[in-house]
Amino acid sequence: MGAGTGDGVRLGARALTAAALIAATQAEPQVVDLDRVSVRDLNQALHALDRTSTTTRWRVLNPAGRHALAVGLDAAAEVEILGHAGYYCAGMNKSARVTVHGNAGTGVAENMMSGRVHVRGDASQSAGASAHGGLLLIDGNASARCGISPKGADIVVRGSVGHMSAFMAQAGTLVVLGNAGDGFGDSVYEAHLYVRGAVASLGTDCVETAMTEADRAELRDKLAAAGLTGEADVGEFRRYGSARTLYHFHIDNAAAYS
Amino acid sequence: MCGIVGLFAKHQAVEAALGAHLAGMLASMAGRGPDSAGFAVYGAHCPGVVKLTLRPPPGSDADALLARLGIPGSSILVRASHAVLSLPEHAEAQARAALAAVVPVVGVGRRMELYKEVGAPAEVAARFGLPAMSGSHGIGHTRMATESAVTTDGAHPFSTGPDQCLVHNGSLSNHNAVRRDLRRQGYGFATENDTEVAAVYLTARMHEGLSLGDALRACLRDLDGFYTFVVGTATGFAVLRDPIACKPAVLAETDRYVAFGTEYRALAGLPGIGAARVWEPEPATVYAWERGH
Repeated sequence: MGAGTGDGVRLGARALTAAALIAATQAEPQVVDLDRVSVRDLNQALHALDRTSTTTRWRVLNPAGRHALAVGLDAAAEVEILGHAGYYCAGMNKSARVTVHGNAGTGVAENMMSGRVHVRGDASQSAGASAHGGLLLIDGNASARCGISPKGADIVVRGSVGHMSAFMAQAGTLVVLGNAGDGFGDSVYEAHLYVRGAVASLGTDCVETAMTEADRAELRDKLAAAGLTGEADVGEFRRYGSARTLYHFHIDNAAAYS
Repeated sequence: MCGIVGLFAKHQAVEAALGAHLAGMLASMAGRGPDSAGFAVYGAHCPGVVKLTLRPPPGSDADALLARLGIPGSSILVRASHAVLSLPEHAEAQARAALAAVVPVVGVGRRMELYKEVGAPAEVAARFGLPAMSGSHGIGHTRMATESAVTTDGAHPFSTGPDQCLVHNGSLSNHNAVRRDLRRQGYGFATENDTEVAAVYLTARMHEGLSLGDALRACLRDLDGFYTFVVGTATGFAVLRDPIACKPAVLAETDRYVAFGTEYRALAGLPGIGAARVWEPEPATVYAWERGH
């Protein structure tokens, strides 16, 4: 894990040369030590990546809970953050694969559009908030309001989620292998919610619904996409969704949520 | 906003460097609270001695104050705008009567010293010499004032009982009603601050005989609003978040210490943090640690 540790490249937007970019496309990742390089310089270097280029690999050292790491990416980069990240890590992510080898603070992968964000530890509040697409995988627990108001992303949590998770969830899926806290799925629209463990209480207008064959197939796909096939049996989950009494659902608009 | 930090040592090496660690933690939370800062440190206890942390009026002569009190066996240590008066326990009432209405007493205890001031957190910590202090535990606060003026009185921690202090991130919505109740029970208040109400509330519950943990559990029933509290007593250290848990909080524990930070950034510089158990405290759950001595 520590290849290049302590040899952080002196990297700045101005110093980002073609040579550095070429180096990053090679097998050895570009190493950025945040004890020596600012978060702004890291993010500007990642933003400078050409979205048509092949995958580039980046390794971020000493994140120390700093905020806004690897936000706004729009290229097929692979970014590994070795340690705990602060707020809004990988926010607005597009195409990139970001892995946090530690915990992530509030709002990890908020407003993600596509790509994949993987938190190896726990995630704080509002993980995946408002995310439109992509996959957010959390190995540990996520605290309150996990998957608040998502608009199409897939969120998979191997541990448990805190209270008010999937609040106003509009589209996409939330898969929880552990338990869910109070007020689960409050004011949910058309997101599909799957929980393997216990739900402390359901929020307003959220109900358990029958698990159809299509649901089982969807859940199987989401677990497979998260690399969890075999870790959890689809038959152990319950499916939750909207009772459709709180908002003006009309069947003619169903396609807008899928 | 606001940032709070706390450190509870389980090992002598951490006790020796407690002030240095706490100063670094406070500085890292400057972005959350740039206008004032404060901290309480629980140091060594000399048997039979009580410490009064004073905030003498500017220009006061500490030695003259000590001479005027005329209490044998007392001493005074000036640290910037504050001074710690150490005196025999039996003379506490006499000293407080003499100081009343002349010199504000901001903290009393056998172990606790309490400092707070307007200014950037790192600057405030340096002004009082925090990096050189040692102790068994300490808590601190960086303030971004939203509801009242940027003054020393409005800064945290608040101390309303011997060796008790509280820092708070959030705001209480029923503090007026709780303050009225506590006033009826005979408790006094120095400010109109909501956090002081929480501090007095805890003092009152512990005065009735509740443990620190049980007193905090009672908060869940009687206090309404947003709060993450970190509380210190002579031997205890505790954390509580309200049931909605809007205000962020991170705990870390190793075999050498327990540390609290509003954000992980506050803990990132602690020794051995890479191997620490780091977690977000659950809402409406009391976390408490107690020293055996």
